Order: sequence, then structure tokens, then C-alpha cells
Amino acid sequence: MGFEKFLFYVLAATLIAAAGMVVTRRNPVHAVLFLVVAFFSSAMLWMLLEAEFLAISLVLVYVGAVLVLFLFVIMMLDVDIATLKAQFIRHLPLALVVGVIMLVEIFLVVGPGNFGGESFPNPAPQGPDYNNTRELGLLLYSSYLYPFEIAAVILLVAIVAAIRLTLRHRPDTKYLDPSKQVYVRKGPDRVQLIRVPPEPRRVPPTATPTSGVEDEA
Amino acid sequence: MTFDYAHLLPIVPEIAVLVLASILLLVDLWLKDEDKGTNHLIAVFGLLVVIGLTGVVGGGEREIVLSGSYIRDPMSDVLKIAVLVVSLLSFVYSRDYLRDRGLWVGEFYVLTLCAVLGMMVMISANSFLTLYLGLELLALSLYALVAFERDNPSGAEAAMKYFVLGALGSGLLLYGLSMLYGASGSLELGAVARAVAWQGADNQVLVFGLVFVVIGIGFKFGAVPFHMWVPDTYQGAPNPVVLFLGSAPKIAAFALAFRLLVDGLGQLHADWQGMLVILSVISLAVGNIVAIAQTNIKRMLAYSTISHVGFIFLGLLAGTTEGFAAAMFYAIVYALMAAGGFGLLVMMSRQGHEVERLEDLKGLNERDSWQAAMMALVMFSMAGVPPTVGFMAKLLVLDAVISIGLWWLALIAVFFSVIGAFYYLRVVKIIYFDKPEVIEPLVVGSGARVALSVTGLAILLLGLFPAALLTYCQAAFA
Amino acid sequence: MIELWNSLPEVIRILLKIVVILAPLMGLVAYYTLAERKIIGYMQIRIGPNRVGPRGLLQPIADAVKLMFKEIILPTRADKTLFIIAPLLTLAPALAAWAVFPFDENLVLADINAGLLYILALTSLGVYGVIIAGWASNSKYALLGALRSGAQIVAYEIAMGFALVGVLVAAGSLNLGDIVRAQSGNVFTWFWLPLLPLFLIYFISGLAETNRAPFDVAEGESEIVAGFHVEYSGMTFAVFFLGEYANMILISALSATLFLGGWLSPLPAAWVEGVFPLDSGFHWLLLKTFFFMFLFLWFRATFPRYRYDQIMRLGWKVFIPITIVWILVVGLAVVYKLPPWWSA
Repeated sequence: MGFEKFLFYVLAATLIAAAGMVVTRRNPVHAVLFLVVAFFSSAMLWMLLEAEFLAISLVLVYVGAVLVLFLFVIMMLDVDIATLKAQFIRHLPLALVVGVIMLVEIFLVVGPGNFGGESFPNPAPQGPDYNNTRELGLLLYSSYLYPFEIAAVILLVAIVAAIRLTLRHRPDTKYLDPSKQVYVRKGPDRVQLIRVPPEPRRVPPTATPTSGVEDEA
Repeated sequence: MTFDYAHLLPIVPEIAVLVLASILLLVDLWLKDEDKGTNHLIAVFGLLVVIGLTGVVGGGEREIVLSGSYIRDPMSDVLKIAVLVVSLLSFVYSRDYLRDRGLWVGEFYVLTLCAVLGMMVMISANSFLTLYLGLELLALSLYALVAFERDNPSGAEAAMKYFVLGALGSGLLLYGLSMLYGASGSLELGAVARAVAWQGADNQVLVFGLVFVVIGIGFKFGAVPFHMWVPDTYQGAPNPVVLFLGSAPKIAAFALAFRLLVDGLGQLHADWQGMLVILSVISLAVGNIVAIAQTNIKRMLAYSTISHVGFIFLGLLAGTTEGFAAAMFYAIVYALMAAGGFGLLVMMSRQGHEVERLEDLKGLNERDSWQAAMMALVMFSMAGVPPTVGFMAKLLVLDAVISIGLWWLALIAVFFSVIGAFYYLRVVKIIYFDKPEVIEPLVVGSGARVALSVTGLAILLLGLFPAALLTYCQAAFA
Repeated sequence: MIELWNSLPEVIRILLKIVVILAPLMGLVAYYTLAERKIIGYMQIRIGPNRVGPRGLLQPIADAVKLMFKEIILPTRADKTLFIIAPLLTLAPALAAWAVFPFDENLVLADINAGLLYILALTSLGVYGVIIAGWASNSKYALLGALRSGAQIVAYEIAMGFALVGVLVAAGSLNLGDIVRAQSGNVFTWFWLPLLPLFLIYFISGLAETNRAPFDVAEGESEIVAGFHVEYSGMTFAVFFLGEYANMILISALSATLFLGGWLSPLPAAWVEGVFPLDSGFHWLLLKTFFFMFLFLWFRATFPRYRYDQIMRLGWKVFIPITIVWILVVGLAVVYKLPPWWSA
């Protein structure tokens, strides 16, 4: 067993354990953090496949951005775990049966019978100067240019949709516009100090309360 | 694979739509609230230009460019123009509605145009990747459009249901596509077809993938049993969005089904024919029977959509050029009819009053007899009463089914159409013979009036002279 | 198993190299805290720490000893595991990023060809420490600080990423060594000049990423006490600080490498070949890094803290558009071989 194989088994075991924790943890924050571990391990597995660009992108995009937002939202929502779990347990038997059947079926189709190592041999390893970032870029901007651009439009639509559905102008926020503040001139725009003449001392009200006193208050 | 500027020529219409959407996005930033009509003008004229461009670029032999991800053939030309025309009609119909509701913002047009772009991409897709991306572009825009009236909880609910089930459908489709990719080793439809021809139906991965693909197509069409999202989405979404959602995407869905099942997996015809038979029979049954029980006209039209999807599937499953032409004809005609039907609902809706119950149509004839006549024409056409185009479309599909010897299937279709005729004719009865609840005449903008008249006349004229459209549909598969 | 055993010496050698990089780094962090107190002291016309050792030089050691012997207080109902892990999550990425950092020609631990991407990915992980610390403390102020910091870091990471894309376009490589070599020539061929907007944005985003003044709303002593690490004490607190200062040094070193030519001498190579203090070498990198480290302190002494909405505005509405436009400009300049940077 070489070092690489040793790493593979360690990473694969970590990945499976972390993925299991994601679905079984009671605390959603813990679940997200285990998802981080799972993503990390799979990124490392890709690294073993010499797909360093994809591996690092996985960490950068999913761990560095997507899951941070997940965590952000989950921290602010107070998810009621007990009720969620009750549902979980109630449907567990059915879900297990369906899950196992699907697993067996998928294994029959996707398993070694059709996609085994003999029908898909390993590609020859590339030399040390091989730069798969560059190769990926060349492919994306030549063969896959059209799908790539459509994907960009999809992201644009996502931005437009998200902004449309969430952006509201709230009239109650006290917002200062610095560029307007700069233009404030001396005079009516500014805070003015007004000399207020002192109130004349009042005669203290008499001991017997009357309606006149109440009016004054 | 190298990049050649000449490859950009066939995709000029798509580029034009994208440019149009970007222009709108920018122009909208500088428009004051009272000038938002400019958006509408830009969108309408832009679409006219795109229709022109599609016509100029189109015609001639099929060509495959951009490393096999894009195809332009006679079918794509016709379908694209149909999509663009229907989208144009829906813009015109919804103008007054959007203005009155304060929904007259650039985003509506941008999202709709992106959906149009998605449909065009799907129609001209020649690889799994482009097909799927076009589908997602369409779907994402539609999810946002359904929730467009963001302070309306029913819209948000509808969008959520649509999103969850749509995502499920996309997931299944993608899973099926990945199977097919694994089995055939290519994303390009032509190469997939060659690989399938070589391996045949013995490969269980291919059949497995095919099942998922058919389910995905069923979801996107809204065929029973994958129809759950259709009535709820139609009911909850704002009327102009339903108008758009219920019309043009059916044409794109036809393209999706055709590209995948015929272009890619034509060799597996025997396998998918059976699946489509099941889908179409239960769609016809559920759609027509459940629609009778609806009091909400949007839900009724939703179930009617489901039954029409059954007919489109009938044409597809025939597997002959005749059947494909009939299905394509049916899809285009259905989009036109749906645009007319929902268009009238949009026109009748006013500030604070959404027309969605059948009672709202009562005595429409006394309020505006021309609009009433047009609506009646649309209903007759949906029911399949001659001499409207709906009859021709149904006839062509049935003819195709009979010609491959499936008599019983044709009989079932006719049987359920007769049941379906009941609720369409009930609408006509409500329009002409019930006393109106509101007497005031209908206020309709001139643009929408013209659009509805054009739709109605097209339904009638195409019914009398179907060859005007049918020759193009038949030429597409010649 | 035999093979695994055979690979052991290689593993030990790598571990030793890591120690060789990290040990001086830790020393630098310790004395950076002293420098901060001294420099800000002089800027505010004070003397700064001057009691421990000659001129206060032993102050960091005294601080370290003090922090080590202080009790680590676990707040009640805090998430114990995450509370302890959080500081480590801040420190670890800041240290791991040095693996691909070139100190001199051929002096780098791991010469990988996606180095820039690796650094970007690792710096984006620093936010976890802050967010987890805020959540695990079970404290209002800590959570507020964590939320502020999370939003801020995610926002500025995008601008930072785009600035790095500009560097990548200009250099045509993701390898940090190649990026430095692409700048060779003299002080005017370094990337700070053609990428000036990106350079400024990178460094300012770096300030925001490290939660330093004027973007220190996550700590905001005067508003939310100390933000995400309000509940931390003793060694856990010290680890947070190690992480923060290590990150500052990393950002400084990266700015020096990506925009100021790393180990390159500002004079043309032909003039200074073999003349020690002027020739290219590690000392130039050190000098440039110290310059940026000084800027961190200078800014802290000079600028008042940004308001939260101003930070968001600056990040999303100013920096990101500028970077996108400038990437386009750089792309055109590269394609049309704008001299003197891309004439070859």
C-alpha cells in the first residue's frame, strides 16, 4: 500500500463518516459543519485524481461561499429540531424501504456490471508540466463556449430574480447619503442654534387640584 | 475544436434576445415610474426584430455549429418563430394589467425575455448539455415570474410548489441524461443516436436512462402523474405570468421531447412508445374529467392543458413523420389558443380584481360582444369543434395514431375529447346565456383588442386553411 | 505497508520544512503585536510598552506567558467542542496558505501550478472561525459580530477574487513563482502600475478580510464590546490573535508578491547582478512585506471605523464593478500586447 492509497482510504472513510453525520446530527449547525468536512474530503479525493483545479474550486465555491451562507441562514433561523425529528422517525420505515430498493436498483445499473474498471480503464497519467487549469480553460472557451455562455445567462437570471424578489425600499430606515451630506450649505440646511428665552418661573399650583391644573398638564 | 466567427451567424436570433434583455435591464435603471411604458415598447419592437432575424437566418438545410451543441433546421425555425410570436402576443395582452398593478418594471420583461431565450436554446439544442441548460434558463425565469407579485402570498406559494416539483423534474431528467451519457459516451445527440443504434435496447443503462428522461419530460409538460404543479401554479401566479407560462413553454417542451426522444433515442422508439401511451391516456382521462369539477377558470384551463398534453404525446408516440408534424402543429396551435384564453382573463382583470372564477365571465356578451365572440372561438377550438383549428389539430393527431394501427388509442382520445367538450361549452354558455353580475362595459386597450382579434381570426383561418402552417410542420420532418 | 513505511522519511522532511517556515512566522507575529503598540503609540505621541525588557522588547514574551497561564472560561450553554475548535479554524488556513508561497527563486515548499487559487480558497475559509466562534459562544454580542463579519468577508472576498483574476490574466499563470517572474524588469514593470485599481482594491479588501480597522465592525470594541471573541480568554483568545496577525502578514506578503514583484529588485537586473543588497532576493520580499504590514498599523491609527452599511456599499457597489471593468481593460491590454508589460 503506497502513501497515495493510504491517503485515499483515509479520505474516503472521512467522507463517508462526515456524510453520515450530516444526515444524523440533531443540530443543523453541526450538520453544516460536517458537510464542510465532507466537501473537503471529496476535494482531496479529486486532488488525488490530479484534478487540482476542480478540487480547489470545490473548496473555494462550496466551502468558502455557499456553505458560509448556509451557516449564516441556519444560525439566524431557530430550527425546531424536535418536531422535524418526529416526522423523520415516523416516515423512517417507508423511507428506508424505498431507499434500499432504489440503492439496489441503481447499483444494478450503475454498478460494476456496466461501469466497471474493465470497460473504463484509467487514463494515462500526465506529465508534471501538464496544467489542467489551462486545458479546462481551453475546452470551456472553444468546444463548450455555447453552454458556458448559457450558464452565465442563468446566473444573470438568478441575480435579477433574487433582487426582484427581495429588494424593498424601506421608508423607515434612517439612512444617510454621504454625497448629499457634502452639499449641505450654511443656512437653512444646517442645524441652527436658536436662542430660546427662558421660561418665566411659574407659580406652583395650589394644594387643591382643580380642573384648570389638569388642562395645563 | 476551433472557434469560427461564421458559427455565430445561426445563433444571431439568440444573441439578439440576450442583447434585448440586457438593454432593458440597463434602460430600466434610468426610467422614471411614469415612463415605464418605454420598457414595453422596447420589448415589443425588439421581439419583432428578433422574429425578422430568425426569418432571415433561417431556411435552408440543417446546420450544426459550435462544436455540435447547436442545430438549426427547418423545425427549429418554425418553432422559434412560433415561440416569439406567442411571447409577443402575451406582452401585448398584459400591458394594461402590468401598468395597473405597478408590476410594470423592467425585470418582468427581462425575466420573460430570458425565458424566451431559454426556449430558443432548447429548440436549437443538439446536445444534452445545451438542452438541459436551456431548460434551466426557462425554468428559473418562470419560477421568479410566478412569484413576481412578491406581496401576494398565493403567488409565493405557487412559486414554491412550482420550484420544488420543477427542480425534482430537472433532477430526474439530469439523472437520466447522465445515464445516457454514461452508456453512449457522448453528449451530442447525433453521436448518442449512433451509439444507441450500435448497442440497441439490450443495454439496460440506456433503458434506465430513458425512463428517467421520459419522467423528466412528463414533469416539464405537466403530464399525469407528474402534473401536480400545474393547477396550483396556474391558480396562484399572476394572470400575465400564467398567460406566458401556459402558452409558449409548451412549444419548447415539444422541442425538448422531440430532440431527446427522436433525435437522440429514435432507435429506442419501441421502448418509449409504451411509456408515452400510458402518459397520454391518463393525461387525457384526468385532465378532461377533473376539469369538469373546477369552478376556478385558471384551474380549469390548467387541467385542460394536461389533456392537450396527452394529445401532443399521441402525435409523438406515433413515431412517423406524419405524427411528428401533427404533434408540432398541435403544440403551436395549443400555444396560440392558450394565449387567447388566458389573454382574455388578463384583459378582464382590473386593479384589485383578478378574474379567475367562472362566474366572472357571466354575460360577457352583454359587456363586450366582440371579446365574447373571440373567447367563444377559443373555447370551441380547444374543444375541437370544426371549423376551428383545434379540430384540425386533433384530426391530424388521430390520423397519425390510426395510421400506425392504434385504433383503440384513437377511440379513447375521442371519447375523452367529447367529455372535455362539456366544460369548454359550459364556458360559452356562461358567456352568452348567463346574466352578468357587473354591467359596466369592458375597458380594453387597443393593443390587446387587436391581439385578441388576431388570435381569434388565426384560430378560425388556420382551421379553414390549415396548410398555411401545416406545410411548414411537414417540411420540418421531410 | 512497506511502501507506506518507505514514504515516512519524505513525510518527515516535509514536516521539517513546515516548521522552518512557521517558526519564524510565529516570531514575526509576536513582534508584530509589539510593533503595533509601539508604532501606534508614537503616532499618538505616546511611548508604548517600555517596561518588560530593554525598550519593552520582551513584552510579547510576557504576554504569551500570561495568556498561557490564564484560565479558559467556557460560557454556560456554549457549544464546547466548537468553542474550542473555532480559534484553530482561524489560525489553520492562515498558516496553510504559506505552503505555496515563494520566498525566493526556487525557495517554495510546494510549487503547484494552481497556487493562486489555493491561496484564495484557503483565505476564504478563515470566515468559519469567526462565524463558529460567534455562534458557539451563545452570546448576543458574539453572534452579532459573527454575522457582521460573515457578511463582510463574503462581500469582500468577491472583490478580492476578481482582483486576483486580474493578476492571473496579467501573468498568464496561477503559479505564484511564475507571477513574480512575469513582473521581472524594474520597478515599473511590476504589476502595481498596470493593475493599480486592482492593487488598491486587493489591499483594501485584505483589510476587510482580516477584520482590521477601518473595517473592524466584527470586533467593534465601542459597539459590541469585542464582537465574536467577547467570550474568549486565555490561550483560545491568543490563538485568535495569532490567526489575525498571521492573516495580516499573509495579506501583506501576497500584496508584495502579486503587485510589487515579490523577491525582485526594483532596479533592472542587468545593473545589479551579483551586487548583494541591491540584487533580487528574499530581503526585497521582506522589505516590501514590512511596508504593507506598516500600512495596516498606520490605517488603524488614522481612519475612523466604517459604518456597516457603508462597508457593504463600498464592497458591492464600488469595488466589484471597478474590478470587473478593470479585468476587461487588462484582458484587452494583454491581447493587444501593451508595452512595456506585455510586449514580449
